[in-house]
Amino acid sequence: MGIIKILISELPQFAKGTLVALEVLAGLLLVGLVIGLAIAMAEIFGNTIVKFFATTLRKFLWAIPQLVLLFLVFYLPFDLNRILAAIIALGLCSSAFQSQIFRGAILSIQSGQIEAAKAMGLSKPKTIFYIVIPQMIRLSIGPWTNEFSSELKDTSLAYVVGVVEIMRHAKYIIAYTYGNAASVYLFVGILYFILTRIGTSFFYKLEKRLWVPGFEKRS
Amino acid sequence: MPTILEVKHLTKKFDDNEVLKDVSFELKKGETLAVIGSSGSGKSTLLRCLNHLSPPDSGQILLEGVNINVPEIDINSIRADMGFVFQDFNLFTHLNILENVMFGPLRVRGMSRKESRTIALAEIERVGLGDKLNFYPAQLSGGQQQRISIARALALRPKLILFDEPTSALDPELTGEVLSVMAALANDGMTAIVVTHEMGFARSVADKAIFIDKGLILEQGEPNSMFTAPKNERTKLFLSNFVGME
Repeated sequence: MGIIKILISELPQFAKGTLVALEVLAGLLLVGLVIGLAIAMAEIFGNTIVKFFATTLRKFLWAIPQLVLLFLVFYLPFDLNRILAAIIALGLCSSAFQSQIFRGAILSIQSGQIEAAKAMGLSKPKTIFYIVIPQMIRLSIGPWTNEFSSELKDTSLAYVVGVVEIMRHAKYIIAYTYGNAASVYLFVGILYFILTRIGTSFFYKLEKRLWVPGFEKRS
Repeated sequence: MPTILEVKHLTKKFDDNEVLKDVSFELKKGETLAVIGSSGSGKSTLLRCLNHLSPPDSGQILLEGVNINVPEIDINSIRADMGFVFQDFNLFTHLNILENVMFGPLRVRGMSRKESRTIALAEIERVGLGDKLNFYPAQLSGGQQQRISIARALALRPKLILFDEPTSALDPELTGEVLSVMAALANDGMTAIVVTHEMGFARSVADKAIFIDKGLILEQGEPNSMFTAPKNERTKLFLSNFVGME
């Protein structure tokens, strides 16, 4: 059972890998959030041309496998650092999914409230800022948590472009101990499980904190 | 009293469907006008044309003598001057009662938080819900929500208020509490146009009534005489559907 000793001695390296994974995760979620929100707003509130471009971009990003986009961004003729390349590629993929989370949330706001704001003489940008966004946030935390946990796991893809995250480190150990693959991957699986649980419970708490009567409640 | 609103030859089409065909009437400051007629007659469209929620096709809408049915008008400032109360309340679900009523002065009029709060508190008190400030819309009954939506409209200090079937989504008990708030407003001299199926209210509170059918005003005048002795056959037929309106 030498592998347990090895894994324990490798814990600091796994911790480092975890930090890198979290860095990629935070980065890609932010990229996805900004672009996804822009796509959602453009698809709902934009004029025909803006809408067309947003929808085309979304469909394009939706259709490309993450691995393909990772390699594509990585091999672009710029000097991109590996982590940044992973963040951009995975973030772009995520933006397509996040845009649909926000779009769904916005469309489920009762249209009567938007009309009431209009009837009060509130401008469109102010209506978006004061009525749409605050309700959208509450309605999208649930599905967004889903996207969060899915992206947390997808950071493992970044190892293909040489980002030294959790998976990459697992590969090293397997290579230099000649085997033990199942034990190492079991350990990695548990590590991802723990990270996912911590992350999602944070978002469930946030959802609870922002809850007001009239919105759906997670029991 | 001076004329506050004058509507001349207003028309509105949805595709090929002429919903309003040449509608004209006027309203003096402090008057309550009841607009009655069967469903689909164009009553609600008329109201929505006045503040351009559905922009009219042609005609004039003179608010204090100024025609607002022209492209260069700043429609948002006009809307702020015309309160609008919807059939299904449309309160902002993420804001509590106080924040809902403060919303107009604060975000539309750009007043300070303190001024907005003072106005909101007064209006909430006026509709009798001063004990519900921290409640959210979902925690109120339909009647209470509608009273708050009236307070929200009043907090903008509008020149007139448009009520679009304000009690149609309420049971008779809740209808009563909303109508009494509206009657009190009429007494206080608020100018209002009320699209309604509440004939009792139209008769006892309104200063003037309009009967609309198929996009045309068939009859208008003092409600009591219109209800007791309608001149138009169509009006007579419509009113005969309401029991207890002898």
